[in-house]
Amino acid sequence: MGILDVKNVNKNFGGLKALSNVNLSVRENTVHAIIGPNGAGKSTLLNCLVGKLIPDTGSVMFDGKSVLGRSPYEINQMGISRVFQTPEIFGDLTVMENMMIPIFARRDGAFRMHAYESVANESGIIERAEQVLEDMNMADKRHMHAAAMSRGDKRRLEIGMCLSQEPRLLLLDEPTAGMARADTNNTIDLLKQIKEERDITIAIIEHDMHVVFSLADRITVLAQGTPLVEDDPQNIKGNPKVREAYLGESA
Amino acid sequence: MLGLNKKDATLLIVVAALTLCAPFILNPFPTGSAMAQFNAGYPDLMQRFIIFGIFAIGFNILFGLTGYLSFGHAAFLGVGSYSAVWIFKLFTYNVIPAITLSVVVAAIFSLFIGFVSLRRSGIYFSILTLAFAQMSFALAYSVLSNPKFNLTNGETGLQVYADDPQWFHRDSLPDLPHLFGLSMRSTYSLELGAWRFDFNAGYYLCAVILMIVFYLAIRIFRSPFGMMLRAVKSNQQRMNYTGLNTRPYTLAAFVISGMYAGLAGGLMAAMDPLAGAERMQWTASGEVVLMTILGGTGTLIGPVLGAGFIKYFENIFSKINDTVLHNWFAFLPDGIEDFVVFIVHPFIGKGWHLTLGLLFMLVVIFLPGGLVEGGQRIGRLLKGKKKAPDSEDPEHHPKETPHVAE
Repeated sequence: MGILDVKNVNKNFGGLKALSNVNLSVRENTVHAIIGPNGAGKSTLLNCLVGKLIPDTGSVMFDGKSVLGRSPYEINQMGISRVFQTPEIFGDLTVMENMMIPIFARRDGAFRMHAYESVANESGIIERAEQVLEDMNMADKRHMHAAAMSRGDKRRLEIGMCLSQEPRLLLLDEPTAGMARADTNNTIDLLKQIKEERDITIAIIEHDMHVVFSLADRITVLAQGTPLVEDDPQNIKGNPKVREAYLGESA
Repeated sequence: MLGLNKKDATLLIVVAALTLCAPFILNPFPTGSAMAQFNAGYPDLMQRFIIFGIFAIGFNILFGLTGYLSFGHAAFLGVGSYSAVWIFKLFTYNVIPAITLSVVVAAIFSLFIGFVSLRRSGIYFSILTLAFAQMSFALAYSVLSNPKFNLTNGETGLQVYADDPQWFHRDSLPDLPHLFGLSMRSTYSLELGAWRFDFNAGYYLCAVILMIVFYLAIRIFRSPFGMMLRAVKSNQQRMNYTGLNTRPYTLAAFVISGMYAGLAGGLMAAMDPLAGAERMQWTASGEVVLMTILGGTGTLIGPVLGAGFIKYFENIFSKINDTVLHNWFAFLPDGIEDFVVFIVHPFIGKGWHLTLGLLFMLVVIFLPGGLVEGGQRIGRLLKGKKKAPDSEDPEHHPKETPHVAE
């Protein structure tokens, strides 16, 4: 029993079988990577975990409770935070405000009508946001408009926003896609640091093998909507089935 | 002060000072002088400035913060007016219950319309609100004014008649909307040499209410709730995946702005006990959009400035006619005078819309942040001369992104 259990999940789009009989178990306090060639169903699987898609059959249990049929905000309130492929942040707001919003969401729930209080008086929230910014090495950017930052900094901010909620499970959707080498390495270092310092479970979807093998404790390989293998990283590298899925029969 | 930071407190004080001294500020020219027609300090117009200011402040809470562009806010204004006049007809001419009811009814109305319309966003939301407003207009104009059930009195408009019950009306009270006996029409005129200044009870009631609702708007802008509304405008996807339910936030903003509109409608009826269906028409909804964008969307003071600007044009420019023009250009030789008047003619009198339209285009193209951005630019120019350029720190003072042209 892991913290996240996916059982017999199927998802079809018209005639296309995007996911067929996917079983997956993510154990607590590990980094679990889901890899696979293009079109393997990685993103579809992720969308089934966060409430964007509902599988046709099967079950997705988080911490013993089903996430199916819940909307994204409810699933987040259960303790799952998601990082997107392209950083999704509040571009019109300052970095500090970006950091405060998830902390408000964790403290006040999905909706609270606090229209007469002043943000400036929320010292608890401000302190916490400043501390997370400090942890992310972004304290000097707190007054910047989030949209004005570099791609790497946006990614860092988005991860910080997710971490500020102290989620039990952090989902990362190709966190280094489209990044320069230096930014990729920074992100790897950041994630390694998070893994060491916190009690957190991370599920990561990734294309870049360098990222996967530097982080993962456990790897699931998806191909054509079905899990091919689930194993430790050292066994995945030499597995002939994986090589075939990635490189074709000639390899 | 009052839980505001220094900058906001200053803004509130400036607004308070301007509204309280408006009878002086808006009447800079002596009565009887050639320029007197540019005086805007008469009670009727000053009340309009304030009432439409309130309307636009409320609209800006929805449009400026969440980015949801409603094209049907005039419906709430109309509903507010009708509610107020019904209080006048049935109970009393006292304006307090009338205004209270107009806010409450507008809140209920906007809760319903918002609940349905907010299921969609962007242009679909705008079209839904427009559809609701036009349905409300049709209801008020014809459907709800049949002899069996006459709620709105159709084309004539709802007004108070001598045979209306007015159960709580006593003969000692004025036969017009009043505040505990003080008639809304009572005006004290101060003659100072060639100048005349009118201090009107109705205007000051509106001004006090404007200050209260402006203060509340500042509180909303600076609250966590206001921050969430700006987050809605910025990225709804991120909000949903951050554990926030955007629907109640947008609905709350919609209802608050609907209540502001209802308040404006109630005040309008309190100044003049009439309510007509044309108040709900789509042109009236469009007007408040123009006011907000012209003044500066998402800014605190912008909508008030925009409202004042448009109402000034509507009332002052529309009064200039050819005779006035001929007086102005009398110093020119005859042929040229006629020619100049011929050129200017389409832009004045009934053509004031043309002038306003041109101004609106100029503002939107060159000042996407509205009149407020214009003010900021002038301020920066003046400051820039005093300060050394190295005090500018681009990282810690990033350029403000325009709120409209996105």
